[in-house]
Amino acid sequence: MISPSVLLLALFGMVPVVWAFVLSFQRNDLQTPARWVGLHNYQQLLHDPIFRDSIRHTIVYTVLFVPITLVLSLVVAGALNRKIRFITLYRLAVFVPVVTSTVATGVIFTWLLDPQYGIVNATLHKVGLPTSGFFSSPHDALFAIIAMTVWGWVGFGALIFLAGLQSVPRELIEAAQIDGCSKTTAFWRIQVPLLRPVSAFLVVWLTINALQLFDEVYVTTKGGPLDSTTVVVYYLYQEAFAYFHAGYAAAIAVVLFVAIAIVTVVQLRVARDPAAKTDA
Amino acid sequence: MTTLARGRRPSPWHLVLAPLAALMLVPLVWMLITSLSTEAETRRFPPGLPATLRWGNFRQAWDQAPFGHWLLNSAVVSGTCVISNLLFCSLAGYAFARINFAGRQLAFFAMLATLMVPFQVVMIPTLLIVKHLGLVDTLPALIVPNLVTPFGIYLLRQFFLSLPVELEDAAMIDGAGRVRVLTRILLPLMGAPLTTVAVLTFLSVWNDFLWPLVVTSTPSTMTVQLGLATFQSAHFTNWPLLMAGTLMSQLPVLFLFVIGQRYFVSSIATTGLK
Repeated sequence: MISPSVLLLALFGMVPVVWAFVLSFQRNDLQTPARWVGLHNYQQLLHDPIFRDSIRHTIVYTVLFVPITLVLSLVVAGALNRKIRFITLYRLAVFVPVVTSTVATGVIFTWLLDPQYGIVNATLHKVGLPTSGFFSSPHDALFAIIAMTVWGWVGFGALIFLAGLQSVPRELIEAAQIDGCSKTTAFWRIQVPLLRPVSAFLVVWLTINALQLFDEVYVTTKGGPLDSTTVVVYYLYQEAFAYFHAGYAAAIAVVLFVAIAIVTVVQLRVARDPAAKTDA
Repeated sequence: MTTLARGRRPSPWHLVLAPLAALMLVPLVWMLITSLSTEAETRRFPPGLPATLRWGNFRQAWDQAPFGHWLLNSAVVSGTCVISNLLFCSLAGYAFARINFAGRQLAFFAMLATLMVPFQVVMIPTLLIVKHLGLVDTLPALIVPNLVTPFGIYLLRQFFLSLPVELEDAAMIDGAGRVRVLTRILLPLMGAPLTTVAVLTFLSVWNDFLWPLVVTSTPSTMTVQLGLATFQSAHFTNWPLLMAGTLMSQLPVLFLFVIGQRYFVSSIATTGLK
């Protein structure tokens, strides 16, 4: 009964994990037989300036993307959590990016953020704000990617938060209101603290996805301009499939794996510690 | 939640929610507007609405790239994965929940462990396996790694555990076998979790980009996401054509989402409430 699943999971779950570790100690061009090189790939990683930059970009991206998405999602979920007319339509509008593919998101934002003819620059110009080169500016490209992915993920975060908010017993809020607590206070003091487990899940989930950023970079900037948006997974992809350094790419993957594992464990620890801040 | 809705007076929250909804829709609405414009109209400053609606852009995009074929590939690949996940995940989830077999604990933890591994880590070895199987650049290559997902097994196992064992015991005493118990008694009770597995599998396979990018290269085996990316590099600044293509590529899922919003939302919410 279980054997087909076990077989498939073993072949496409367990074997590749072990193989990934093995590969990271090899030189492999995906064509000719692999050759053992010991720790060479890892030593090379330590002295690779592009790898170091890709880590920096990934950290900057994650550190901005996760809190911005989290806070916006919470506020949006709070706004969506009421029974008024058209609420289904409002929710639909907010949730639609969840099912919009990353590729489509990338293509659409390349157009919206077109330096010359995009509507974002046109709007900025109209209200007298400085315009930007966005994806073609080494300074702004990473931030443009952050803005784009926040759009893509806020719906997901709001959806999760909304489900959490709706599981807060109504009596709790009503009791607080009878005691003279305003709706806003009730939201921030009662509902939000009760969302702690949901927030913890979202932080972990958003972080894991942020550290794995790839699709949106591939579609919009291809790591450029001047490598300013080369993130870890994009670099991994390039090494494996543009330069055929599969062993080296496997070493990057192992480092990524360990980093994600550590970050996840730390986040779950902090979330469990009752003395820690509520939404971390 | 709030009791404001009772009165005739419209809620002040419309003033917050309407602009918010509009802001979220700007990218999609602008995609639609651009897809109906001429190229010249997209090279104006400031940008504006098209003089006439150019539906021909869709025809042109459809003719210039095999969008129909790509959509069909995506449907075949994600459809197969949905069916096989429903089958394998319920079998394995049931076994993990109810049958005592040697090494169950170990197998379960091994499965949970694979759940934690990001795809990028196993991507290269998976490609090498697919290569050994001689499947590179075929539709099966897109399907096989997604035939069964640990998350689906885990989710269904939790639901099997939440059902009373007495239900099965009674049927077994009456002479029903395990498969019969599973298909006739348990699965009909599991509409919600099975929908969740179906929706999440569908979304993740349909919208996947990295794996198709790595394993396919000829247009006839591409899924619609990869096809769209190649279409983009072929028509880099022809925005009306690009937006028409993008819109066509998203239409099936948008349509499914609008008619089945309830199922999508409850399924996606499940990921957060483990």
